[in-house]
Amino acid sequence: MSFAVFGIAGSALTAQSARLNAVASNLANADSIAGPDGQPYRAKQVVFKATAVEGGGLGVRVTQVVNSAAPLRMQYDPSNPAADEKGYVAMPNVNVVEEMVNMLSASRAYQINAEVMNAAKASLQKALSIGQ
Amino acid sequence: MYVKFLARHLLYGRHKYVTLRQIAMIDRIDQDLNLYRAALGLRAERQKLLASNIANADTPNYKARDIDFKSALAGALSGKGEDGQLNMARTQSAHLASATDTLWGAQARYRAEYQGSADGNTVNLDIERAAFAENSMRSDAVITFVKGRFDDLKLALQRE
Repeated sequence: MSFAVFGIAGSALTAQSARLNAVASNLANADSIAGPDGQPYRAKQVVFKATAVEGGGLGVRVTQVVNSAAPLRMQYDPSNPAADEKGYVAMPNVNVVEEMVNMLSASRAYQINAEVMNAAKASLQKALSIGQ
Repeated sequence: MYVKFLARHLLYGRHKYVTLRQIAMIDRIDQDLNLYRAALGLRAERQKLLASNIANADTPNYKARDIDFKSALAGALSGKGEDGQLNMARTQSAHLASATDTLWGAQARYRAEYQGSADGNTVNLDIERAAFAENSMRSDAVITFVKGRFDDLKLALQRE
């Protein structure tokens, strides 16, 4: 019954969809040998931070998007023009299984926060009927 | 307060003036509704806390918090905090908030950890969702009670 709930749950919706965007980018580029800088694509991870919202309570915010520190996947493919002198091609460090789990987790969290918003809306509407 | 306005409106409509006895009556109506006001305010505060817990289910090092409703309500009704001390009010946005304080003198406490996670987060989504649903139901119940109380008061204020 407080409007701050919309700010809290809304911030979580924004943060989770940013995470979902990062997952989509990682999965789309799971085999991109060269990114915009000519280097192999590196998996992007979002960093969540609890942040105070107007009206009290703690929302969540994406403070930065970091590149995964995992080592690049070295694949033996001497016929590839991008291969080094030993015949290995540096592939992106995207872990597809991890990304799928991340995707499920982000999508479930998004749904739950949308439900929180709906429940808060129903409560507020009920409170508005006091005195009528 | 809405009740005062309503009562004054009803009284002025018939007598054009308000007597001391009528003012005393209005104050009693106000006191009567105090419990519902405190209960509803605390339910709103708890809803904010639980929404914060759910929003931060994936935030590293976030610790889930909740209030003890019974003692918080007793504190809100007595105008003091749970520890018997007067509440401190934040009158400026620049005033620092402590990690555990909320409005209405309710002390937010960290939830006991059920199952630890590697990132230091203590939110258990099942517990939080159940608590959120329970809190919504109970606040709906308070609203139903307060509506019933208003209906009673309106009936009592009517001329036969």
